[in-house]
Amino acid sequence: MTRARSADLPDVLHAEWTKLRTVASTYWLLLAAAALTIAVGAGAAAAFGCAAGACGAARTGADPARISLTGVYLGQAVVAVLAAAGIGGEYGTGMIRVTLTAAPRRLTVLAAKAAVLTGCVLASGLVAVGGSVLAGWLILPGRGLSAANGYAPLSLANGPDLRAAAGTVIYLALIALLALGITTAIRDSSTAIGVVLGLLYLFPIISEVVSGHALARRLEQIAPMTAGLDIEATVGLRSLPLAPWEGLGVLAAWAAGALVLGGLSLRLRDA
Amino acid sequence: MTAIAPYRSPVTPGRDGFAQLLRAEWTKFRTVRGWVVGILVAVLLTVGIGLTGSSGCGFNSNGTGACPAAPTGPGGAAVTDRFYFVHQPLTGDGTVTARVTSLTGVYSPSGYTGAPQTGPGALKGYRSGVQPWAKAGIMIKASTGQGTAYAALLVTGANGVRMQDDYTGDIAGLPGPVSAAAPRWLRLVRSGNSVSGYDSLNGTRWSLVGTVTLSGLPRTAQAGPFTASPSSMVLTQSLGTVATTGAAPTIATAAFDHVALSGAGGAWTGTSVGGGAARPGGGNANVNGPGNAAEPFNGGFRPSGTAGFTVRGSGDIAPNVPEAADGSGTSPTQVLDIGTFLGLIAMVVVGASFITAEYRRGLIRTTLTAAPHRTRVLAAKALVIAAVTFAAGLAATGVTLLLDVARAGSAIPPLTALTEVRMIVGTAALLAVASVLALALGVLARRGIAAVSAAIVVIVLPFLLAYIPGSLSTGAQDWLLRIFPAAGFAVSQAFPAYHQVVAPYQPNMGYFPLAPWVGFLVLCAWAAVAFAAAAYRLGRRDA
Repeated sequence: MTRARSADLPDVLHAEWTKLRTVASTYWLLLAAAALTIAVGAGAAAAFGCAAGACGAARTGADPARISLTGVYLGQAVVAVLAAAGIGGEYGTGMIRVTLTAAPRRLTVLAAKAAVLTGCVLASGLVAVGGSVLAGWLILPGRGLSAANGYAPLSLANGPDLRAAAGTVIYLALIALLALGITTAIRDSSTAIGVVLGLLYLFPIISEVVSGHALARRLEQIAPMTAGLDIEATVGLRSLPLAPWEGLGVLAAWAAGALVLGGLSLRLRDA
Repeated sequence: MTAIAPYRSPVTPGRDGFAQLLRAEWTKFRTVRGWVVGILVAVLLTVGIGLTGSSGCGFNSNGTGACPAAPTGPGGAAVTDRFYFVHQPLTGDGTVTARVTSLTGVYSPSGYTGAPQTGPGALKGYRSGVQPWAKAGIMIKASTGQGTAYAALLVTGANGVRMQDDYTGDIAGLPGPVSAAAPRWLRLVRSGNSVSGYDSLNGTRWSLVGTVTLSGLPRTAQAGPFTASPSSMVLTQSLGTVATTGAAPTIATAAFDHVALSGAGGAWTGTSVGGGAARPGGGNANVNGPGNAAEPFNGGFRPSGTAGFTVRGSGDIAPNVPEAADGSGTSPTQVLDIGTFLGLIAMVVVGASFITAEYRRGLIRTTLTAAPHRTRVLAAKALVIAAVTFAAGLAATGVTLLLDVARAGSAIPPLTALTEVRMIVGTAALLAVASVLALALGVLARRGIAAVSAAIVVIVLPFLLAYIPGSLSTGAQDWLLRIFPAAGFAVSQAFPAYHQVVAPYQPNMGYFPLAPWVGFLVLCAWAAVAFAAAAYRLGRRDA
């Protein structure tokens, strides 16, 4: 006779990993996140233009790393969908009740979901960012951002470029955690993805409209996307609303806050 | 043996028309509390943002708190009208002729840096260089008051000879810059209310540039040479934003000779129309004597040789563009748009859920059993969600815009009633079409999360990417707002863009690459294609 034992973190991790890997949409979404990020980044690099003779680094203020990583604006939406679908789907189908019956420690379930999700997004993010940097390295010198004009070629051996690349991978993982926390709190995946994308995309639009106002800079400092993407900057660091790692810290605080909110909701409400 | 009659329900069969379908869908909508609350939240968010983010001078990058109203032109629209005018009365029909032999200028490359606006130090840090739309030429103007009717033939810094009238009219004449070696002869002929402009390279062979009709030109008008030079604008890019940090008045100096006015015998008078260029510190300089060095931006004139003048002027004669350095006020489009974005996301969520909830709960099978004509079901759903979001959107955009206009007062240049109606109704229609697009995506994807994220990505993300400087070239950014549904926001544009006024015509400033209704049609085309695809898929797939 086998003794019943309560599910520990490794068991729950294993269960969550099984759930994630046996859903076809997981692979499509991870693939789409990487492919769209690279495609938009390459497109942005190809569309970059500066008038002949006005391409000097001091004139354009262009940031090759940031241009190459433009695709993150779109890629993060796919990552958020993956995160929101994971927990939102359980509420939509009623699977959450099975999950919580099998593993009654609810916070452990959330932690396991977060861990599995982070792993997948980090892998996809590595491909996305690596591909984007490669595309930028190939395309940008032909678009005027060449060494002759005073731009260092994109290289992961450069401290700032490495920070931008590694930071962007972490950024994507934090976006996934933010979406996971918010969806756990809201439960309905459609509404949750609306809230998440609203949080990401609307802050910069609002701060654009009040540009020149002291409020604009404050908004740029607290907005999850604008602050988080400060990590992509390799030039003009002084004019950034926040230092790169501080900015990523703001996003981490948002993600942590969302997870706390989601954890409380999971713990205190009936599923 | 008796045959058993089949059971017949005593209830008279219900009618099964489109009206019943509409009623069924409306009942479904209004009985889901989350959707009704979602729409109400959308309205409150839109209006709430409108209340907190009021248009006003405070948003202007060079705002000073003071908000002088721009003068209005003959058409009632706000205009910029500041320049130096050397004039004599011209009674009845007549001709004014002049030759321009040079147009030079000074500007501040770093923008306004706090240099004094008066006294010998006023032009500290200035370099020589003429603005592309600096203007020197001849003009027939109703009076020297701001905003009065005029016709002018002029040479520009970089845009050749132009015939301009009543602030918005602009006809190209001879190309190329003016110099002593390549002077330009200019002639204006008044005949009743119409004024014709002729230009020439040698004063003998004249070619017609254009003829304009001015209403409100009195019998005795003022005519003579003038000079204006619009304020320079320095666009600075910081990450994620383009800001117009440096705007500074500039000065142009033009040399005229062979100045002739039919029937004239009096003395020439110099007037600084509008009191010179706007000063970044606020307020305009006082009118001073000709060429007063203490008030350099007032302009002045000095006779040179026979029938010749050197005229120095600052300012612009153009439509008022709020974002231009010489413009005043702000565009209410910005406040309306951010409110609309908030509302949009809520309405997209409701629009997609209106169908995906049926798939999730299995209600779609009941719906399609009751009404087997699937396209009609989809049409009824689309009509209901469009009507609801349009009505809610109308309330939200109407209150937002009217409150903003009322609160901002003179900070918003006058909007015609037609423009206000177009902005309010058009933006409400944008919300309705967006929710139909989300509904159609919901049919195609059957999952709310996919439909909502797809709708947000195609509507909101292009708008966002369209003004991230350094990421995309301006041309690519414009194309984003031409081909994606985000183009629909063009319907909220308050003021037109003018090629003859230099300003940051960007979506975040309230300017779009497509005309208002064209942009709206782009959104409609997306919704129509999505709706057709949804109708096809709904009919072909098992529910």
